Amino acid sequence: MNRRDFVFDSLRTAAGVGLLGLGLGLYSQRAASLPAWALRPPGAQPEDDFNGACIRCGLCVRDCPFDMLHLARLGQDIPTGTPYFVAREAGCEMCEDIPCVAACPSNALDHGLTDINKADMGLAIVSDQDACIAFQGQRCEVCFDICPIRGDAITLETQYHERSGQQALLIPVVHAETCTGCGKCEEACILDEAAIKVLPRHLIQGQRGEHDRLVWERQPTRPTYSGIVLDRRNDHRAS
Amino acid sequence: MLRRFNQLGVLFMFLLGPLFGAWLVTGTLSSSMTLDILPLTDPLLLSQSMLSGNWPALTGLVGAGLVLLFYALLGGRVFCAWVCPVNLVTDLAAWLRRRLGIRGGVRISRHLRWWLLGLVLLLPLLTGGMVWEYVNPVSMLHRGLIFGFGWAWLILAAVFLYDLLIVSRGWCGHLCPVGACYAAIGAAAPVHIAAPRREQCDDCMDCFKVCPEPQVLKPALKATRLKSGGNHGPVIDSIDCTKCGRCIEVCDQDVFGLALGWVDKHGFGKTHLSGQNPIAEQTKLQH
Repeated sequence: MNRRDFVFDSLRTAAGVGLLGLGLGLYSQRAASLPAWALRPPGAQPEDDFNGACIRCGLCVRDCPFDMLHLARLGQDIPTGTPYFVAREAGCEMCEDIPCVAACPSNALDHGLTDINKADMGLAIVSDQDACIAFQGQRCEVCFDICPIRGDAITLETQYHERSGQQALLIPVVHAETCTGCGKCEEACILDEAAIKVLPRHLIQGQRGEHDRLVWERQPTRPTYSGIVLDRRNDHRAS
Repeated sequence: MLRRFNQLGVLFMFLLGPLFGAWLVTGTLSSSMTLDILPLTDPLLLSQSMLSGNWPALTGLVGAGLVLLFYALLGGRVFCAWVCPVNLVTDLAAWLRRRLGIRGGVRISRHLRWWLLGLVLLLPLLTGGMVWEYVNPVSMLHRGLIFGFGWAWLILAAVFLYDLLIVSRGWCGHLCPVGACYAAIGAAAPVHIAAPRREQCDDCMDCFKVCPEPQVLKPALKATRLKSGGNHGPVIDSIDCTKCGRCIEVCDQDVFGLALGWVDKHGFGKTHLSGQNPIAEQTKLQH
């Protein structure tokens, strides 16, 4: 083989392999997207980083004592071989020793997560107030009761009930700072289709502008009076 | 056959858990944990993970280190012939090809695998994702057997048909970047197949027919002349050799054997250079 042949042979191969790489790269961009109903195990790095870091070994799935994690198969809408769970089927039980993270050899599940209450798998949202029976005046409280961070991530707020004319509604309110997205509320919701759902946080969480300060947070020490009664209306979320 | 026993044995150990609830080994060949104490991780996968900008956990690093050490000592492509589940598929294709007398097909370079290995390592760097894992037949098959296939069997079927009809030994012998990576890992391993009794060869070509990398046989078997002068020694020193031992088994003339010890670039064992028997330490594999 002379030098000319060698150069052209190499160029041919490089072009072919380059084309293959382009195809693979483009395919991976499509294949890497995660549907909103699939949640990552606790400690998972942000989705893009996770896709690069996870070596698709399945150790987290095996070490989950509750068998609620799955490995995606080729043909599913989830990157093949990566772990996920579906909140409605089985939420994360939030083990204190976080065995799935401990098992991860690649750190795709960040070993920096040591307190399961700091996990961020998603965010719950009461997605359908028309369907949720608590908004119709019935006592349910199932999502509130099952929440692993009971009384913090989901609280029950009393509200005025038009039909009875009393403070008779006990409605579930999710608090974004404390909710870990474990999915137990969605799993437990008694409706045929859950009225509370857990979704990736970036899809539903809002954010106020940097410059925006709430009045009572800016001046927390000055109580406000309306008439002769100390108005506590503004105090309960600030403290 | 010892090799099949080993391949199926490894698979069986991984399957003990999912099938019978006996969790000897968890995980897959990508990364596994044996008896809660021995971590093993595929170095190529961990490299891709790291090239995407990630620093792995300690168990991953230790696991990859152990695998590197093991194959650096035993010979990298021992993985291909003795562990890899895809080898069962491609060996079946090769066997059928021989039985059915399928000849011809496309010829492609055996160097392509090195290009692909480069591509596999380059893509995480460029895209930040583990691109190869969307198609890798090796992990697809192993993960499929343990966690369920989905459509992954299509990829394996493609590899099988490609090996059977298009390129002889087309996957393992030409394209697989995983095999190329292991070949590089075991480049300096002190375990080789050799042809110490090559003068007994009667040119029946049986070994060339069964060998998955037949190009590695000729220098050692036929003592080809080297550019630097002198002839090639009896040790098969190509890193492509999978050390499957099929040549040892198939040869009626008992030409082949196992050679231990480091080899110089002419395919002679070190022991030979010091004036002793070329394969002093060779032991013969039992059939």
